[in-house]
Amino acid sequence: MLEIIFVSTLNGVLYGMLLFLMASGLTVIFSMMGVLNLAHASFYMLGAFFGFEISRRLGFWPALVLAPVVVGLIGMAVERYGLRRVHRHGHVAELLFTFGLTFVIKEVVEMIWGKLPVDYRVPSGLDFAAFTLFSGNYPAFKLFGLLISVGIFIGLLMAVRHTRVGLIVQAALSHPGMVGMLGHNVDRIFMLVFGVGVGLAAVAGVIAGPILVTQSNMAGLLGPILFVVVVVGGLGSLGGALAASLLIGLVQTFAVAFNVSLADLFGGTAAGAILSVWLADIWRVTVAQIAPILPYLLLVMILIFRPRGLMGTRDT
Amino acid sequence: MTDARTLPRTDAIGGRRPGFLARHAVWIALALALLLLPYLFSSRLALSTMSMMGTMIIFALSYNMLLGQTGLLSFGHAVFFGLGGFFTVHVLNAAGSGDWPIPLPLFPVVGGLGGLAFGILFGWVATKRAGTAFAMITLGIGELVVSSALILRRFFGGEEGITTDRTDVMSFFGYGFGPQLQVYYLIAAWCFLSIAAMYAITRTPFGRIANAVRDNPQRTAFIGYDTSRVRFIAFSLSGLFAGIAGGLSVVNFEIVNAAQMGAVESGSVILMTYIGGVGNFAGPIIGAILVTWLQLILSDATQIWPLYVGLLFIGMVMFVPGGIAGLLAMQAPVMAARKLHRVVPFYLLALAPGIVALVGLSVLIETSHQFSIRASYGPQLTLYSIPLDATSPLPWVAGVVLAVAGGILFMRAERLARDAYHAAVAQGGQG
Amino acid sequence: MSATAKTPILELAGLRKSFGRMEIIRGVDLAVVQGERHAIIGPNGAGKSTLFHLVSGHLRPSAGAIRLRGESIEGLPPQSINRRGLSRSFQVTNIFPRLSVWENVRCATLWSLGHRYSFWRDVERLDDVTRRTEEILTEIDLIDRRRTPAGVLTYGEQRALEIGLTIAGHADVLLLDEPTAGMSHAETERVVALIRKVSEKRTLLMIEHDMQVVFDLADRISVLVYGEIIACDTPARIKANAAVQQAYLGTEAA
Repeated sequence: MLEIIFVSTLNGVLYGMLLFLMASGLTVIFSMMGVLNLAHASFYMLGAFFGFEISRRLGFWPALVLAPVVVGLIGMAVERYGLRRVHRHGHVAELLFTFGLTFVIKEVVEMIWGKLPVDYRVPSGLDFAAFTLFSGNYPAFKLFGLLISVGIFIGLLMAVRHTRVGLIVQAALSHPGMVGMLGHNVDRIFMLVFGVGVGLAAVAGVIAGPILVTQSNMAGLLGPILFVVVVVGGLGSLGGALAASLLIGLVQTFAVAFNVSLADLFGGTAAGAILSVWLADIWRVTVAQIAPILPYLLLVMILIFRPRGLMGTRDT
Repeated sequence: MTDARTLPRTDAIGGRRPGFLARHAVWIALALALLLLPYLFSSRLALSTMSMMGTMIIFALSYNMLLGQTGLLSFGHAVFFGLGGFFTVHVLNAAGSGDWPIPLPLFPVVGGLGGLAFGILFGWVATKRAGTAFAMITLGIGELVVSSALILRRFFGGEEGITTDRTDVMSFFGYGFGPQLQVYYLIAAWCFLSIAAMYAITRTPFGRIANAVRDNPQRTAFIGYDTSRVRFIAFSLSGLFAGIAGGLSVVNFEIVNAAQMGAVESGSVILMTYIGGVGNFAGPIIGAILVTWLQLILSDATQIWPLYVGLLFIGMVMFVPGGIAGLLAMQAPVMAARKLHRVVPFYLLALAPGIVALVGLSVLIETSHQFSIRASYGPQLTLYSIPLDATSPLPWVAGVVLAVAGGILFMRAERLARDAYHAAVAQGGQG
Repeated sequence: MSATAKTPILELAGLRKSFGRMEIIRGVDLAVVQGERHAIIGPNGAGKSTLFHLVSGHLRPSAGAIRLRGESIEGLPPQSINRRGLSRSFQVTNIFPRLSVWENVRCATLWSLGHRYSFWRDVERLDDVTRRTEEILTEIDLIDRRRTPAGVLTYGEQRALEIGLTIAGHADVLLLDEPTAGMSHAETERVVALIRKVSEKRTLLMIEHDMQVVFDLADRISVLVYGEIIACDTPARIKANAAVQQAYLGTEAA
C-alpha cells in the first residue's frame, strides 16, 4: 500500500509537471494575446513525433533540444501568418482557427507517420532503474523527466522575474488590458511568446513520448484535459495552472492505481444486493475505470461551486 | 432563403402587406424542392445522402442558434445529437417489443425531448460563463459524456452502440418506412418543420435579444436582460433541435453509438456551420449540404480526406469569415444594381488559377502521403487519372509549380475581382 | 424650484469604492429629488464614471448604501436595477453594432413592455413594441436611418442612439454619462435639446464636462473631487462657490 502511494505520488507529480509545462505556455499565450490556443496539445504531439524522428537519426539528447526549437519555429510561423491575420475577424475566429489547426496537424501527422503508434523508446542511456523501493523499480527516465520539467519551471520563473520580456509577460498576467500599450514591438513579442509557449509543450511531448504512447490520437486524448487544467486553475492564472496540473496529475494517477469498485466495497450486504440490480453498470466499475472521467467531473464541480476557478481573478 | 436581416419584412411604418404567395415564396419553394428532389435524384445512394443532409441541416441550424445567433462557441454540441439518438433508439425498441401505438414519424420528438432535458441540465452549468470559459466547459462536458458512455454500457451499448429496426413500430397510414424513399420524406418533413421553427425563433423577442447578447452582452444587461438566462434558453433550445436531428439519424441508420457524441462529430458541425456562414440564417443549410457532399466524394477519392476538409475550414476562417452564405449575400447589392455581368467574368478569371493551385496542392499532399505512409504499397499512385511515381521528382515539381503559379495568379485575379466588385457596388450606389 | 421640498428618488449614503489599495469613491452622500436635472461635474479622475458604475450595478460598492425610491439597490446586477426604472448611457458609445438602428431600439423596449424571453411570439406583430420603437426613433431623430446597421452610423448618430437605448425602456431615472463628449457645437445643441425633451417627465443625473451644457440644463450641480462631493447646489451658487472655483473651475480656467 505504501509502495502504491509513493510510486503514484511520483508518477502523479511527473504527470502534473508535464501538464504544467503545457498549461504554463497556454496560460501565458492566453493572458497576452487573449486567445486560448486549442492546438496547444497538437504542438505537444508534434514535439513527441519530432522527438521520435530526431532521436532515431541523431539520438535523444539532440532531439530534446532540437524538437522543441523546430516546433517553436513552426508555432511562430503559425502566429505570424495565421493567427495575426485572423485576429481582425475577432475572438471566435481566432479560437476557430486554432481549432481547425488541431484537425490539420492531426491529419498531417497521420499522413507522415500513420495512425499506429510509432516505436519511440526510452533512450538506452536512461533505461535503467533509478532506485528500488519495496518490490518495484522506479525507471530513471521518469525521474529524469521530472527533473527536466522542474528545472524548466525554475528557469521560467527566473526568466519571468529577471528579463525584459519576462516583465512584460508579468504585467500582462496582472493587467491584461495593457498589452496593447506596449508599442511597436508588440507583434514581435506575441510571436516570441507563442513560439516559446508551444516549444514548452513540445518539450513535454519529447519527454512524454517514450513514457506514454506516441500516436496520432495523443493530442486528442490530452487536449481536453489540458483545457480542464486551465479552467479549473482559473483562466489566466499561472499559480492556478500549477495547482490544477498537480491536482489532476495526482487524482488521475491515484485513481488508476486503485482497482476498487462499489461491488468490492458493498458486495456482501443486503443493500448491496438491491443496488447491484439497479446500478448494474456503475456497480462493477472500478475507480481505475472512471479515472478518465475524473478531470471532467472536477471541472463541473468547480464550475458549480467556484465558477472562476481555483485562483482565477477574472471572468472572461 | 435570405438573410434574416434583409428578408423583405413588412415595414414598420405604413406599407401594405404583400399577398400570401409573395410573403411565403421562400417557404413554398423550399417545400416544393424537398418534395421534388427524389424525382431528380432517385438512386438509393442519392436518397440516403439526401436523408443524411436533411438530418445535418437541422443539426447545423441548431448549432447556429448558439454560434451565429447568440455568439456562443460550443465544442460539445454532438452530445445532444447523440443523446437524442440514444433516447430515440431505446424508446423505439421498447415500442417495437411492446406494440405501443406510436407511429415512426413521432419518434424524433423523443430525441428532441432528450436533447432538451440534457440541454437544460448541462446548460445550467455551462451558461454561467460566456466566451472562452464557456467554450472550454462545453468541451469538458463533451468528453465527460463520451467517457461516461463507455462505462454505462447498458444504455450506450459500448463501442458497438445500440441498433433498432424502424419497421417494428406501428405503421403510419399504411406506410411501414422500410423503403429509403419513405424515410426521406419523413426526414424532409421534419427538416421543413425544424427550419421553419428555428427561423420563427429568430423573429421573437428572445431571438432578437439573443442577437443583442451576441453583439454586446454588457449593454444587454443594461436594457433589463439577464444575459446568462438568454444563453441558457438558447442552449436548451439548441439541445432540443439537435436531439430531433439525432432522433432522425436513428430513424435513418437504425443505429447509434457513443462516437456520435464525440469531439469529431462536434467538430464536424462547427465545420458545416462555419463553412456555410454563421451570419446568415441559411448559411448552415448550405454548409450541411456542402460538407456532407464533400465528405462523400472526398472519402471516395482519398484516404486523407479529413485533411482537405480541415484545410478548407482554416482557409474559410482566414479569408472568408462570412462563409459561403456571406459571399452570396455580398452579391445582393451587385444584383440590385444589375451589375452582375460586370463582376462574374472576374470571378471566373480568379476561379481558374484557384483551381490550378488546389490541384497542385492536392498533388503535393497525395504524393507525400504515398511517399511516407503508403510507401509499403510502393511509390506508384494515380492522380486525376495520371499514373505518378512518388520517388521521382516529377510529381513534386509539378505540384510545386501548379500550386505556386496558380496561387500567385489567383492572388492577382482576386485583387481584380475585388476592384470590379467595389466598382460595381459604387456605381450601383450612384445610379 | 425648491428642490429640497421634494422626496429623494435616488439616494447615495456613505458610498465607497476601492480598487486594491486605491480608494476612488470616498464616502459620497447625494440625494437626487424626483423630477430634477442634476449634473455631476469634476476634474478628470475624480471618480464620476465609477460613481455611475456603482449606481447602475456595473460595479459593486465597497461600502455604503444606494436607494432607489427608498429601496436598497446596491450590489444588484445591472438588469435588476434597470427593471426597477433606472437606466443609463455610456461615455464610450455602447450599442449593438451589427443590429439595425430599429432593432437596437426595439430590443431596448422589450423588457419594459413585458415581453421578456418570449420565444413563441412574432416580434413583428407586437404592436406595442412597434409603436414604442417608432416613438423613440422619432424622438431621437433617427427614424430615417432605421434600416442602417448601428455600427456604420456617424458618431453623432451613435450618441443619439445611445440616448435612445437609455430612454426606450420606460425608466424614470436616467443616468447620462457625458452625452455631448466629442461633439461639434451644432451636434451639442441638438443633443441638449434632446436631453431637455426626454428628461421632462423623468429624473436626470448626468456627468458633463461642457460647462455651457451644465449651466444650461441642470437644476442642481454636484461637484465631485477626488471621490468626494465638495459642493451641491444650484448653478448660480456653484458658480459663486469659492471652494469649487479653486478645486475645479479655477484650474479649468487657468
